[in-house]
Amino acid sequence: MKALTVSKAVTALVLAGLVLLPLYSQLSGNIFILTLFTRIVILALAAASLNLIMGYGGMMSFGHAAYLGIGGYAVGILAQEGVGSGFIQFPVALAASALYALVIGALSLRTRGVYFIMITLAFAQMAYYVASGLARYGGDDGLTVYKRSDFSGLINLSGRVQFYYLCLACLLGVIFLIWRIVNSRFGLVVQGLRSNEQRMQAIGFPAKRYQLVCFVISGTMCGLAGALLANNTDFVSPAVMYWTRSGDLMVMVILGGMGTLFGPVMGAVVYLLLEEFLSQITEYWALIMGPLLLLIVLFGRGGIMGLLGRAGRG
Amino acid sequence: MLLVIEQFLNGLQFGLLLFLLAAGLTLVFGIMDLVNLAHGSLYMMGAYFAATFVAWTGNFLLGALLALGATLVLGIVLEVVALRHLYGRDHLDHVLATFGLILFFNEAVRLIWGPAGLALPLPPWLTVPVPILPGIYYPAYRLAIIVVALLVALLLYLGVMRTRIGMLIRAGASNREMIGALGINIKLLYTLVFGLGAALAGLAGLMQAPILTVQIGMGENILILAFVIIVIGGIGSIRGAFLAAIFVGMIDTLGRAFLPNLLRQILSSTAASTAAPALSSMLIYLLMAIVLVVRPEGLFPANRR
Repeated sequence: MKALTVSKAVTALVLAGLVLLPLYSQLSGNIFILTLFTRIVILALAAASLNLIMGYGGMMSFGHAAYLGIGGYAVGILAQEGVGSGFIQFPVALAASALYALVIGALSLRTRGVYFIMITLAFAQMAYYVASGLARYGGDDGLTVYKRSDFSGLINLSGRVQFYYLCLACLLGVIFLIWRIVNSRFGLVVQGLRSNEQRMQAIGFPAKRYQLVCFVISGTMCGLAGALLANNTDFVSPAVMYWTRSGDLMVMVILGGMGTLFGPVMGAVVYLLLEEFLSQITEYWALIMGPLLLLIVLFGRGGIMGLLGRAGRG
Repeated sequence: MLLVIEQFLNGLQFGLLLFLLAAGLTLVFGIMDLVNLAHGSLYMMGAYFAATFVAWTGNFLLGALLALGATLVLGIVLEVVALRHLYGRDHLDHVLATFGLILFFNEAVRLIWGPAGLALPLPPWLTVPVPILPGIYYPAYRLAIIVVALLVALLLYLGVMRTRIGMLIRAGASNREMIGALGINIKLLYTLVFGLGAALAGLAGLMQAPILTVQIGMGENILILAFVIIVIGGIGSIRGAFLAAIFVGMIDTLGRAFLPNLLRQILSSTAASTAAPALSSMLIYLLMAIVLVVRPEGLFPANRR
């Protein structure tokens, strides 16, 4: 049996907390906390998907929020056009995200390093402007989703607790999938490409093809988060694709610990709770958050998981 | 015809403004290897400083000069306090740290100047239309922007190519460790270059301020355009930034002006009016995609080791 490390214990505690949260919410009558954590779980899912390419694949995508928007708009637009079934909405959301990731990835992966950061950013911004130009679907003001996705009685997305558990199940499912991917031959190749692309190519691996597949998988996962997010807020607007949202996702991944399985979840929980906490103290919460990020970058190597790992080693 | 010339000049003016922003960004990246997202914040601060100082002094030129100095100082302080510690770190660290700075600046502006935007009124002598060709008038202020920006571009070119500091800057861009080993005070050089970049961004911001409203977040959209420009032009290359900036400014302006009419001739008018705004804002990104497919390292990549 493997030793119980501090990071494992804390991860288990956080996961147990997430699973038991609706119980607490019911007992204390605090509905707000359930709404807050539904959002946290969804964004943790998005951060986990970003971690797959950024942490394991070494592809620094600064445009990940685009998939949140694409998944959300797929749900919103279909709902507006009278297609309310989740069995159609969710597959369309995933397919649309995958298609976008395929095109953007094929173009962006021709570059590396800073170019890659800037290009994914620029393409996401393009998606933002396109969504702002969709006059039929609310344009700048966004699109209200009057009816949540309908799964014909299988699961009711309007029930708070049911919806929360659906999101949590999606998050855990995606993390399981990432775990399987990372430990597969495919995942090992992708991680090898992160540490030395030339060497991997010399052995005979088609680098770009592996990276592109990884990029598409990650985008599709994030599209799922987008579809859930639109259902959670009953609303989708270009603002979910704005580049600061992509920045938020990156911060969550780094804060939690890049290239660790549960790091993004930790990062999302801590970042969003901190945001919530600071915004209750002062209206100008970003005045504290900004320099805090700077300090985390300067001194907090390896994020929360790194910190817990060091604490474990004593 | 009149409209074409006017839009052409508007495109040139916008392109030159973008160049001022992109030049600072590409210099800082080329020399310090620093990705500075907060460059857009310096642009915003330039505009806010200008609006404040012009209102204070009551004199447009004096206010603009003060704002330029203030942005320069702000840039230097920013470099010494925060960004200096990021040199040599991973690019991802730069992105995150400067992302934090953007949050900070936006919030600080909201705290100091309030959430509503400011207006920077022009003095009367800059609002008169100037005849540029017989019968064709163009606003004096936009013309002034073109002249000032061209002048700055020329000075920048001469400064980088013909002076001792410029020589050091070029040497720093091609081999950082070597010029340090040759006994050049790199720390000072870096601070200087960062201040220069900040001043250029501030100049762009304060010149754009009378045309648009001065508001929070104004630097972010234009920063992304500046990114597109340096990707197209090749990172670290001022010449590339100049040509790409003019190109992007033209395409963006002309696309917005003429694409709707062009589309109306092909599509039905309702389809055209829906597609045109989205398509015209996509144009430059499509351009970037094409450049990337043809030349992934940009059109005029700076000489690398």
